[in-house]
Amino acid sequence: MTSTVGIHTIRFIVLLLVQVVICNNINFLGYINPYIYIIFIFLFPIRDNRLTLLLLSFLLGLFIDMFSDSGGVHAAASVVLAYARPVLLKTSFGMLYEHQSVKFTTTDIGSLFTYITFGTLIHHLTLFSLEIFNISSILLILKKTLFSSTFTIIVSILIIILFSRNRK
Amino acid sequence: MQQIFNFVIRNKTFLLFLLLFCISLGFTIQSHSYHKSTFINSANALTGGVYGTVNSIDEYFGLKDQNELLLEENRRLRRQLLNIPSASDSSYIDTSYSKVPYRITSAEVYKNSYSRMNNYLTLNKGKNDSIKQDFGVITSNGIVGIIDNTSNNYSRVLSILNKKSRINAKLKNTNHIGSLTWDGKSSQFTQLIDVSNFAPIKVGDTIVTGGQSAIFPKGINIGVIDDFKTDIGGDTYIIQVKLFNDMTNIGAVYIIENLDKEEIKSLEMMTDD
Repeated sequence: MTSTVGIHTIRFIVLLLVQVVICNNINFLGYINPYIYIIFIFLFPIRDNRLTLLLLSFLLGLFIDMFSDSGGVHAAASVVLAYARPVLLKTSFGMLYEHQSVKFTTTDIGSLFTYITFGTLIHHLTLFSLEIFNISSILLILKKTLFSSTFTIIVSILIIILFSRNRK
Repeated sequence: MQQIFNFVIRNKTFLLFLLLFCISLGFTIQSHSYHKSTFINSANALTGGVYGTVNSIDEYFGLKDQNELLLEENRRLRRQLLNIPSASDSSYIDTSYSKVPYRITSAEVYKNSYSRMNNYLTLNKGKNDSIKQDFGVITSNGIVGIIDNTSNNYSRVLSILNKKSRINAKLKNTNHIGSLTWDGKSSQFTQLIDVSNFAPIKVGDTIVTGGQSAIFPKGINIGVIDDFKTDIGGDTYIIQVKLFNDMTNIGAVYIIENLDKEEIKSLEMMTDD
């Protein structure tokens, strides 16, 4: 039990630092950044309390906001993702989730991909809608969501695969 | 009463979600209004410390560029120095420069952003170096922004690449003034709006600060005119300004304090009454 808490605490801090120190400064093609800190929300243990997840996501988002001077947009997007997570899990893992036996390290890559893709899209759409905060720039919002999501999905899946191999 | 409790317990996840979402929405909206974002910003000890550590490593990679910038500035300053007529061989004394109205502090950029709609920089000088809100920030090439928030050791700059930024600017050759804004599209261009269409405008003309706001001194370089068109109303120009500064590569900046600011402010207050 303590080791799980330890792993997630370390993951929280490492993802936060990697996000603000490296990923916020990539600016691929001028404005595309991956937001990999949401891996923490994706990989949070399923059996744990949803309230804990909501609070932790809020905190994580708030720290990212503090570092990147973005008001509260990351916090809002993370909370939305955390709230939507059970639905995502149900659609992507189906029966496995019903039986509470999803293990992210051993699931097949297809389900994992669906899960991450939908989660990232929800998160980024909320993020950019709030950041731009102007319904007349809907095309800009969609463009940013699409490009950044692609980047985030690729990097997240690579990170998850890379680090799950190590543990086996 | 029982039913209310039951309702809360049944929907506790949703209620918590709603609460947290509203809090973050509150922060977001607060950050969209100028001069109010006080709580969540990168000018605090934690974020400043982290960015400081990263910057101390990162600055080694930009040493060559920064050196070249400094050399270029030295060259320009030296040329100005050599061209000043020495005081002894001139009977003419310029009384307007007898007192220095501006105090200059140098600072290092710990964090810079330019890809979002509202961009900020974090500097390593704060209240302890008597940096306050509304001081101007420039580099050797041109303006960068205005100090927006300070903590004891760090300060946050509202970049000119920010939708909230409005800076008084004018054409270098004439005194036609306008406001410098940003449309959020490119980090190389800003827009100068509200310029009267009596102004003689040519592509390639220089835009400088206007000196009407008591933040920046008059005549600090901003950029050159890249393109211009008439506003929908037909009375004013919208000018596309190509910045002298490469906003994506800023290492060292100067913070300008106008020592006469209080005097100017109090004078303007009096005329308002």
